[in-house]
Amino acid sequence: MYTPLTPDERQAMLQAIGVERIEDLFADVPARYRYPKLNLPPAMSEMEVTAEMQNLAEANLTVQDFITFLGAGAYHHYIPAAVDHILRRGEFYTAYTPYQPEVSQGTLHAIFEFQSLVCALTGMETANASMYDGATAVAEAVNMAYHVFRGKRPKAVLSSALHPQYLATVHTYYDASDREIVVPHEGDPTPGPDALIEAIDERTSLVMVQYPDFLGRVYDLSALAQAAHDKGALFGVAVNPLALGLLKPPGDFGADIVTAEGQPLGIPLSFGGPYLGLFATRKKYVRKMAGRIVGETVDTRGQRAYVLTLTAREQHIRRARATSNICTNNALMALAATVYLGLLGKDGLRKVAEINYHKAHYAAQRLASLEGYELAFPEVPFFNEFTLKTPLPVAEINRRLLDYGILGGYDLAQDFPHLDRHMLIAVTEMNSKDQIDLLASALDEIARDAAA
Amino acid sequence: MSEQIKIREPLLVELSSPGRRGVRFPESDVPPAALPAGLVREDLPLPELSEVDVVRHYTRLSQFNHAVDIDFYPLGSCTMKYNPKVNEDMARLPGFAHVHPLQPEETVQGALAVMYYLQEYLKEITGLAGVSLQPAAGAHGELTGVLIIRAYHRSRGDARRNKILVPDSAHGTNPASSAMSGMRVVEIPSDARGNIDLAKLKAECDDTLAGLMITNPNTLGLFEEHIEEVVQAVHEAGGLVYGDGANLNALLGVARFGDMGFDVVHLNLHKTFSTPHGGGGPGSGPVAVAEHLVDFLPGPIAEIVDHDPDDDTPVFGLVMPKRSIGRVKAFYGHFGVMVRALTYILTLGAEGLRQVAEDAVLNANYLRVMLQDTYHIPYNRLCKHEFVAEGRWEDAPGVRALDISKRLMDFGFHPPTNYFPLIVHEALMIEPTETESKRTLDAFIAAMKQIAREARENPQVLHEAPHTTPFGRVDEVKAARELVLTWFDWAK
Repeated sequence: MYTPLTPDERQAMLQAIGVERIEDLFADVPARYRYPKLNLPPAMSEMEVTAEMQNLAEANLTVQDFITFLGAGAYHHYIPAAVDHILRRGEFYTAYTPYQPEVSQGTLHAIFEFQSLVCALTGMETANASMYDGATAVAEAVNMAYHVFRGKRPKAVLSSALHPQYLATVHTYYDASDREIVVPHEGDPTPGPDALIEAIDERTSLVMVQYPDFLGRVYDLSALAQAAHDKGALFGVAVNPLALGLLKPPGDFGADIVTAEGQPLGIPLSFGGPYLGLFATRKKYVRKMAGRIVGETVDTRGQRAYVLTLTAREQHIRRARATSNICTNNALMALAATVYLGLLGKDGLRKVAEINYHKAHYAAQRLASLEGYELAFPEVPFFNEFTLKTPLPVAEINRRLLDYGILGGYDLAQDFPHLDRHMLIAVTEMNSKDQIDLLASALDEIARDAAA
Repeated sequence: MSEQIKIREPLLVELSSPGRRGVRFPESDVPPAALPAGLVREDLPLPELSEVDVVRHYTRLSQFNHAVDIDFYPLGSCTMKYNPKVNEDMARLPGFAHVHPLQPEETVQGALAVMYYLQEYLKEITGLAGVSLQPAAGAHGELTGVLIIRAYHRSRGDARRNKILVPDSAHGTNPASSAMSGMRVVEIPSDARGNIDLAKLKAECDDTLAGLMITNPNTLGLFEEHIEEVVQAVHEAGGLVYGDGANLNALLGVARFGDMGFDVVHLNLHKTFSTPHGGGGPGSGPVAVAEHLVDFLPGPIAEIVDHDPDDDTPVFGLVMPKRSIGRVKAFYGHFGVMVRALTYILTLGAEGLRQVAEDAVLNANYLRVMLQDTYHIPYNRLCKHEFVAEGRWEDAPGVRALDISKRLMDFGFHPPTNYFPLIVHEALMIEPTETESKRTLDAFIAAMKQIAREARENPQVLHEAPHTTPFGRVDEVKAARELVLTWFDWAK
């Protein structure tokens, strides 16, 4: 198995240590705690454990078994084969955080590329080596803005159209602290970004929205950015990074912080994780940004090299005075995104973003033409996800759609009771025209059956 | 870049050629829609490469890394054990890798079973009553644990408890996590044997005490000898005991945090339960709690919500604990990491887990004893999974722990953790783990002894080390001064 010592070797080592039995090495553990009986299943061989885990895996239906229109923060996209082949290199995945640059240039070099690609995508100047996910990245944005103003602006104004799980995470982090988390119209994601302007004041450190927002809508954010800056606050935007293959980057609107859920960039759905938090900002705030940062330098042999830098910000040096506690992040997922962006490149990312856009718009037009269905926000642009009003409760429709082999869209009533009969539908490059047409005819039949 | 700087491997942007492509997507089969006016980006400054460019680039880069798959990685407190290959395959089974987190629960019963059984086994291993798998890493678990402690006190109308005690031997994340959740941190010194100074601890045990964060075994690799008194003192003052499970590898199947009276602990699946470190994540930092804290766990968590009337098999569902602190991230945690950890626990069983702890402790003590005549070990007693040596000698002035670490690379070994814990001068924190053979340990001992000789006879070879690695020591000052953090910074 995974413990190579032989009985003879153990004996020789015990002798060298000067004890008789292995139990003697635990003499400092109070006797009454020692060797509890653990009620665990008996050990399995690799063959048995593989069969066991396969059984569990097969008890799930996957997005490959269905025709999938479910998104809401996690998306079914194509992942080029080369991505996982790189991730499976033991040199990458069995290494630790690159503290020793002489033997970690592979990881460090890749993180430098990741930081560069994130900046290229978001229009920002500097990025960290990753966060846990899109939700915690927003929480860290709130934290960073608070520290930029040294606690003097305790208020963060967050859009009610941020992903409800991101808002929930921010509340968990800060509700009992001295930060004020203000979410105008909380519980109703329908107002547009300008609805935040009223809440911004001189005590506000951060104004943050999502782009596209949770309902899929894409707004010009210039006015809101201006309103935030007028009061001296930072402006933050949580993005879908794939959308930035097509859409104006938040940097163009004047964003000071851009965060993202990086899962669409080559990371499998994996029942919700591990995903990838992206975090980028302006260079003047780099010392307030949490997380690992890699910088370029040279080695003693005159070679270009990379190293973790600005580490004095971090908790292993500043301890209780550090602004964040993050250390282990999601480096391997950052590598996946880096390889993905490297493979797709300038042309490929634009192309896949456009395909998403066109397919979603075809779907929206098809579904809106059905009797009883209409777009909730027909005038507002969207990327690959849109909100459809339905003639029946979404839960009921989704149950029926399973019979067609279709995984329906997200039921917004789960988070917003007044949005019952509102379905959030995601369409990606994985959906063919035929699948969209099948969804249309299924929805049509379901509505007709109910009417009959 | 100035011209004399040598480029060993170009960056993606330097490998780029206009018009090159790495992936082809099928042509769109729907009529195109008009693009949104005023919202389309003008420029997308990404590199342009072919698949072979990308694969060779990252394969070459990978060869610049040291990794557990290559050789010994005795990085203290990081538990760099071997990561079994079958775990990787299991996480990639389509039934796990391609499941959407928001699918109807009846379509994800296998995934929920993975979470449920892992929760149950971690409860059994820690001797605690409830587990949430949601935290993404150790530090995230710490933050979660402190939030639970705060919520518990507040639920009892005890809002003035805002003080968290942290021993000076604790991981730096402990004080940072406490501060992040609005707590006041008070550091407790260690005594001469490396235990918590009991008198100093008791002096801080008053009615503002929220809790103590303790790592046991601590970062010196030592089991806290007064653990019963420490827990008692904190509890008597109305505080809770938080256990940092980073060093659980030493105690698997040997002793349980719950039995010792700990109220809340976090575990590092990426240390103790063999999931890979990934070059800095993804980790997974589940939190386990005693009975009185179960309702405060972050969620949702997996539970049995029903039984199938036909065959009585359990039906799993996601449930939010009654007085939950809320969620600490989107969805349910790092599920892919959970699959690996569950595979590992099933492979080892109870006896295998105990073997892990025993061999980890045996390996650490063997190294300690074999090196104690060559290196000064300030708290030299029976250790658990790791020990801390000093990387300095009076008769080798000028040689530092850093030099020893860099020289170790020439022998093919990753260095120990340097300069931590802070209470040991020139610390070299050595954690061999159970997955190393005696042959490897003996080779490491020989290297360490040779380095100690060189420190006296030829210190230059240490100062200039490493010699055989693809890169030499790097200029950290230049990196921090110039702050070239992306390739866009070159132009400036």
